[in-house]
Amino acid sequence: MLEETTKRNHETAPASSADAAVAAAPRPQTQGNPMAMEDESIKLEINNLNLFYGKDQALKNINLKIPEKKVTAFIGPSGCGKSTLLRCFNRMNDLVDSCRIEGKLLMDGNNIYDKKVDVAELRRQVGMVFQKPNPFPKSIYENVAYGLRLQGVKSRRVLDEVVEKSLRGAALWEEVKDRLHDNAFGLSGGQQQRLVIARAIAIEPEVILLDEPASALDPISTLKIEELIYELKNHYTIVIVTHNMQQAARVSDYTAFMYMGDLVEFGDTDSLFTNPTNKQTEDYITGRYG
Amino acid sequence: MKAWFKSGAPWVWLNGGAVALCMIMVVGLLGLIAVRGFGHFWPADILKTTVVNESGGSEAVLGELVRKEVISAEVARTNGYAVNGDVKLVTRYLIKEGNRDLGADFSWYLDVGMGEWSYPENAMMIERREWGNFYGFPVALNEQGEQVTRVGKAGFWEELHQRVERSVELHHRINHMEEVEIGGVNHELERLRLDERRLELEGVSGQELAEAQARIAEKREMLNAQYVEIKQERDALYRQLERDSLDVVTVDGVERTIGMDNIVRVTRPNQLGLLGKFGHYLERFWEFLTDEPREANTEGGIFPAIFGTVTMVLVMSIMVTPLGVLAAIYLREYAHQGTFLKLIRISVYNLAGVPSIVYGVFGLGFFVYFLGGNIDELFFPASLPAPTFGTPGLFWASLTLALLTLPVVIVSTEEGLARIPSTIRQGSLALGATKSETLWKVVVPLATPGMMTGLILAIARAAGEVAPLMLVGVVKLAPSLPVDGNYPYLHLDQKIMHLGFHIYDVGFQSPNVEAARPLVYATALTLVMLIIVLNLAAIKIRNSLREKYRSASD
Repeated sequence: MLEETTKRNHETAPASSADAAVAAAPRPQTQGNPMAMEDESIKLEINNLNLFYGKDQALKNINLKIPEKKVTAFIGPSGCGKSTLLRCFNRMNDLVDSCRIEGKLLMDGNNIYDKKVDVAELRRQVGMVFQKPNPFPKSIYENVAYGLRLQGVKSRRVLDEVVEKSLRGAALWEEVKDRLHDNAFGLSGGQQQRLVIARAIAIEPEVILLDEPASALDPISTLKIEELIYELKNHYTIVIVTHNMQQAARVSDYTAFMYMGDLVEFGDTDSLFTNPTNKQTEDYITGRYG
Repeated sequence: MKAWFKSGAPWVWLNGGAVALCMIMVVGLLGLIAVRGFGHFWPADILKTTVVNESGGSEAVLGELVRKEVISAEVARTNGYAVNGDVKLVTRYLIKEGNRDLGADFSWYLDVGMGEWSYPENAMMIERREWGNFYGFPVALNEQGEQVTRVGKAGFWEELHQRVERSVELHHRINHMEEVEIGGVNHELERLRLDERRLELEGVSGQELAEAQARIAEKREMLNAQYVEIKQERDALYRQLERDSLDVVTVDGVERTIGMDNIVRVTRPNQLGLLGKFGHYLERFWEFLTDEPREANTEGGIFPAIFGTVTMVLVMSIMVTPLGVLAAIYLREYAHQGTFLKLIRISVYNLAGVPSIVYGVFGLGFFVYFLGGNIDELFFPASLPAPTFGTPGLFWASLTLALLTLPVVIVSTEEGLARIPSTIRQGSLALGATKSETLWKVVVPLATPGMMTGLILAIARAAGEVAPLMLVGVVKLAPSLPVDGNYPYLHLDQKIMHLGFHIYDVGFQSPNVEAARPLVYATALTLVMLIIVLNLAAIKIRNSLREKYRSASD
C-alpha cells in the first residue's frame, strides 16, 4: 500500500513544470474531501519536494497545498519527516550543512528556495514556534519587541502598542501586564510558550509554523495553547506538527499524514479521521502502529 | 570483607580521604601564611634581661622575643658557648634588638646563664626611617638643641607623641610636594625638552624655529621659577622638620640623639593594654598596606607593589578579554569545523601548558625589543636614545600575561558558547534575525558567564605569576606609581612593582633575612587576599549574570 502511494506520487507529479502542478488541482493526495480544498485560497504549495541529509532521503517527492487562514496539521510517527517538512517553510533546514533540497516550495506563487530570496525576510513572513519554549534571556517586553527592534523600530510608542497587542493576541497580557520588565525565565512553561507565540506574531507574519508546541506542557497549558491556535487562525495561516492525534483532530482544519518521508494522505480533518482512504492512515489513527 | 568491598564503602573512604587531605593542605598553607602574616603586626612586649657573653662577662639585652628553639648542647659547644657537660639540650632565644646603627639587630642567646626577664615600663621602640627599629629608653626631648622636657617630668610622653605626629605630618607634606608638585614640574620640563628635540629632528628652521624656541624658553623660564618657589617652600619645611630631636639611651648605656625627622612612630608596648595594642596593630597593618617601602624593602609598606599588581592585572584583563572572546566566537561560530580547526584548537589548548618563563623570554625579545623598539623609532624619536617603550614596562608585562592567559579565556568562552541551547539560536533566526544579529543579541549575552569564568581563571593565574614578569617590566623598587596626575595619567611605559616579585625580592635578595621573614609572610598573605578579592569580585559578577540567564542553560 505504501509503495503504491509513493509510486502514484511520482507518477502524477511532473518534476519539470511547476505551473502545470499548480494548475493540476485537486492533487491525488487530497483524497479526503477534494471538494473542500476547492473553496480555499492556497497560501503555500509544495511541488515535488525531495530533501536529503547527506545520502539519506528524508522527504520523498512531497506535493501539498496549504490553504490560507486555516490550520493544517502534520501527523505521523517519529522520524517520518513532518518536522523536517515544517522547517522547509522558513528554510530552517538551511542551518544543517548536509541538507540538500530539490523541488519547489511556493508561497503566494513565489518559490522561496529561489536564490534571490532574502532568508531573513522570509522568516519575518513565516514565523515559527518550537517544541520547547525558548524565550531569550531578556525581559518579557524585550522578548516581544525583539523582532521589531531587529527591523529598526525605535519608537517607544509603537513598541508599547505592538507588545500589548501581541501579548493580548497570545492571551498572555492579563497574566504579565504588571511585570513586563521581569525576566522572561520567571514565567511558567505554558506562559513561556505563549510568550514565544506573542513574539512570533509581533512581527505580523503571514504564516505561523508550530513544531509540537504543546508537547512539553501540562494539560491546562496545552488547552490554552489550543484555544489560542483556534483564535489565531482568523489572522494567520497555521501549520502545526503534532504527535497527539486528538490535538490534531481538535485544532486543525486539514490534516496530512506522513510516514517514512512520504506524504501518505492529506485531506480535511473530519474526513481523514472519520473515513481515511488509506490503510496506513487508518492503522495509525486507530493506534495500531506508530 | 568481600561484602565490605562490594558495598562501595572503601571507595567512599578513599574519595573522602582525598578530599580531607586536600583540605588539610589548603587550610594548613593558608593558616600558616595568615598566622605568620597577621602576627607580624602585633606589638610584642620588650623584654630586658642579662646574658653571659663569650668572654664570660654579663651583658644587658633589650628587645623583642622572635622565637625560641631547643638545640643539642653539643651544637652550642661547637659554636663556642660554655655549656656544662651534663646538659644534653639547651634552649636558645632569638631576640630582635634593633639598633642596626650600633651593630646589633637579631641575635641568638642561650638560656644558660640568662638572667631574670623583666618588661620595663619605659622601654620603647622607635620605628625609624633609617637603620630600622631602635630599642631603648628615652632621656630628653630637644627643640633646636635646647632641652624642652625630660623623661619623668609630667607630660613628657604627650609632648613626645605630639611632636612625632607633627614631624610625620611634615614629612607627608614634603613627600607630597616632591612627588606631585616637583614631579609635575619635572614632567613638564621633560616634555619641553622633547618638544625642542622634535623641532630639531623635524628640521624646522628660520622664523618658525625662533618662535618655537622663544615659546619654549619662556615656558621653561616659568617652570623654573615655579620650581624654585616650590623648592624654597620645601626647604622651609625641611628646616621645620629638623627642629626637634630626641635623646635616648640604649640598655648598655650608650647615648644617642635621634632627629625627629627620622622617627615614624614611638611605642611603649609594655605599658599598652590589649586594646591599645590592638589599636597599634591596626595602625601598623594599615601602614603596611598603604605606605611605601623603606630600607631596601625590609621596612615600611608594600603599597606600590599592591598598586602595580592590580594595575597590571586590570590592563591585562582589558587586553585579554576582547581578544580571547573574539577568537573563541570565531572558532566556535564561524570557522569551518574541520581538521585545520582541530589543529588550531589543539595549539591553543597547548599554549596553556607552555612554561611561563618562555612567555617572559618571548615578551622580552618580541614585545619589548622588537615591537617596543619600533614604536620608539616611529613615535618617540625625540627621546631616543633613551627608550620609552623599548624597555620593559607595565604595558609589556600586561601584554605578556595576556598572551599567557589567552588560552584560558578562549577555552572557557568556547565552552560557554557550546552550552547555549540551539533552540535559542533558532528562535532568534526564526524571527528574521541574521546570524550576526543572533550572535550579538542573544548568544553572546548568554555566554557571558562562561567568559567571566575564563577571566576569573586568567586573573588568578596572572596575579600570581612572577617568572615572566621579571623579564618584561617588574622591578624591585619602582620610582613612582604607574598612575599619577601628569598627562597621560596612566603611564604604560613605566616599570612597576609586583607582590609576587616583592616576595621573592624580600625573601631571597634581602641582606637581612630575619627582618625580611615576617614581611614575606605578610606580603604573601596580601597577595593571596588580593587574588581572593579580585576573584570574588569576578565571581560575584558571574553569578549575577548566571542568575539573569538562569534557566536558559538548564
